[in-house]
Amino acid sequence: MNVATLDQLWVYLSGNPLLSLLATLLAFALAVRINRAVGGTPLLHPVTLSIFMLITLLLVVDMDYRTYFEGAQFIHFLLGPATVALAIPLYDHRERVRRLLWPLLLACGAGIVTAVASTLGLAMLLGARTETLLSLAPRSVTSPIAMGIAEQIGGIPSLAAGLVLLTGSIGCALGPWIFRLLRIKDPVVQGFTLGLAAHGFGTAHAFARLGAVAGAFSGLAMGLTGLLTAFLLPLMTRLFGFG
Amino acid sequence: MPLIMGMSMLLACQFAGELVARGLTLPIPGPVIGMVILLGALMIRGKVPSSLRLTGEGLLRYLTLLFVPAGVGLMVHFELIGADLWPIAVTLVASTAVTLAVTAWVLERLQQGHARRNDRPRGRA
Repeated sequence: MNVATLDQLWVYLSGNPLLSLLATLLAFALAVRINRAVGGTPLLHPVTLSIFMLITLLLVVDMDYRTYFEGAQFIHFLLGPATVALAIPLYDHRERVRRLLWPLLLACGAGIVTAVASTLGLAMLLGARTETLLSLAPRSVTSPIAMGIAEQIGGIPSLAAGLVLLTGSIGCALGPWIFRLLRIKDPVVQGFTLGLAAHGFGTAHAFARLGAVAGAFSGLAMGLTGLLTAFLLPLMTRLFGFG
Repeated sequence: MPLIMGMSMLLACQFAGELVARGLTLPIPGPVIGMVILLGALMIRGKVPSSLRLTGEGLLRYLTLLFVPAGVGLMVHFELIGADLWPIAVTLVASTAVTLAVTAWVLERLQQGHARRNDRPRGRA
């Protein structure tokens, strides 16, 4: 009987989508356990934690992201139908959405202007380079829209996507603190705010932690913010003197 | 076959959304347009088919997991982020905090005002 050497086995495994798919699921399951064990703190959010574990793993075994993504794309693909499925909770709570339409639209406008103005203002003040600045601008929008906007206004699309992800995890970590500080308990307000400031991350967090009502309004905020920002941001960057 | 039917409905909406986005060269991603299409279809139909609910709610329950593969992509951007590390870190944290606070505060206020106005015609005020 021939026994394959370890490096031969590794060559086979590392080129196979099975390994990264399994690693992703196991890392997530482990992250959920760890998060539960430390009392569910948003500072160690399961998503942030599993991303950190997987990046460490990939760096240790020296696998590049493209190889990893060949397996992980099967999970990534489901984001599409999951986004479409957000219509279901939205439909369930349609009466409430209709009743609150104007407050929601106004809050959305206020949130977007705050996000973009504070981002551009702070980054300019701290002396970030122009490309960085323009990649930061769409950071609170879900990544496919953010990449498109960044390209349009002269930023770097892939950097924008990375910053969007960081914003998402920071938003989930800061959210509960801010809500406690402002004494906000309404799941509608919490969900909508998370969806606006932290896009899909916030929506996923709202579904997992705050329930279906918060999730529905979070998904609504994510969609609205994406749509409105695509129109507002090019105007605002011009206002700040770019492009 | 409820899972198959539900998944087909979701994928069909996403597909239609992609067609609209590409066809009209909109800057909006296909799945977001697909969400609007599905919402419209549900409004017309007046109820959520049980197969769609089963699949859709199953996917939404694991929404956080679905972000992990894209998130690992951060490792590709280490160099770009490292070049402007401090401005980026400070801006992200401070600006996200301000955005959360302003949005929550505005919505909370508007909602309270809205509820009061809605109560008045019923003669409770």
